[in-house]
Amino acid sequence: MSGTTDRPRISTRRLVGVGLAVCLVIAGIVSFYASSHPDGLEYVASSLGFESVARDSATAGSPLADYSVRGVSDGRLAGGLAGVVGAVVVGLLMFGLVRIIGRRRGSAARP
Amino acid sequence: MHVPDGFLDAPTSVATGVVAAGVVGASLVRAARHELDERTAPLAGLVAVFVFAAQMVNFPVGAGTSGHLLGAALAAVLVGPATATLCLTVVLAVQAFLFADGGVTALGTNVLLMGVVGVWVGYGVARGALALLPRKLSSIPVAAAAGALVSVPVAALSFTGLYALGGAAPIPLGALAGTMVGWHLLIGVGEAVITFLAVTSIVAARPDLVHVARGRLPALELRIPEVVA
Repeated sequence: MSGTTDRPRISTRRLVGVGLAVCLVIAGIVSFYASSHPDGLEYVASSLGFESVARDSATAGSPLADYSVRGVSDGRLAGGLAGVVGAVVVGLLMFGLVRIIGRRRGSAARP
Repeated sequence: MHVPDGFLDAPTSVATGVVAAGVVGASLVRAARHELDERTAPLAGLVAVFVFAAQMVNFPVGAGTSGHLLGAALAAVLVGPATATLCLTVVLAVQAFLFADGGVTALGTNVLLMGVVGVWVGYGVARGALALLPRKLSSIPVAAAAGALVSVPVAALSFTGLYALGGAAPIPLGALAGTMVGWHLLIGVGEAVITFLAVTSIVAARPDLVHVARGRLPALELRIPEVVA
């Protein structure tokens, strides 16, 4: 437990800022270099012969389907844009959710 | 491990949807009462975004197969299991609705497998490992990695269980269980490495925000000076 102090080494704001920047790099740039092989479940489904029972998702027509952007032909750009949009949407939803939970908790705590 | 629409029949998908909705509701309550406060809430947001980003990066596991982080154990160790379920649920919903990754009717199944089974198995194993490891901050990433390693094949085995109940095509269940667990054990190794690195960086930067570090930080104990009467 050594090395801990009463004062945080970096502020929460800074940690989240740096962390989100790393996430945007991963979703926007690194994702291009991801393996395009089928994932474990897809591989097992095709080797055991039940992959054909999969149906197209109801959202298969989404402009962002399969981590691309409709109308953007450059794969690197489309995938990166899709990743950044996804990261922003997830962030808005989750930061919003924890804020609402925290606020309700705060008001409940006060009698 | 995102299950597409059609792998499981409608009754099974409805059942997993109902169970998942119930667990997510309970997780909202538990997260609000026991896990999230103003101080730790921003980390929950960061964890959800990281899980989404990292899930985009499939890594090869040999023989034409790949895997990606689930992030369930990672999230559970950092922000607590109920909050981790909420993080995974947000990620899986965005993936299903925006990116057609994982079926919409299979969303409950995916929340159950990754956001509930993965989270609680990862959390349970990590807690167990922490009880055995030295009471040092450096034990936390090791425990998280152990939880990560186990969480992936157990989630894969749980898929096999659901398939046994309501699989759309008849296939030998023994072969399904064996290949699912085998491949996902390999993916679990990648999961453990990424989880170890991510948890190491948060523990190094802000151990006071880490859920499983609660009660393990002597520097944060209350020191009440003795009152001389």
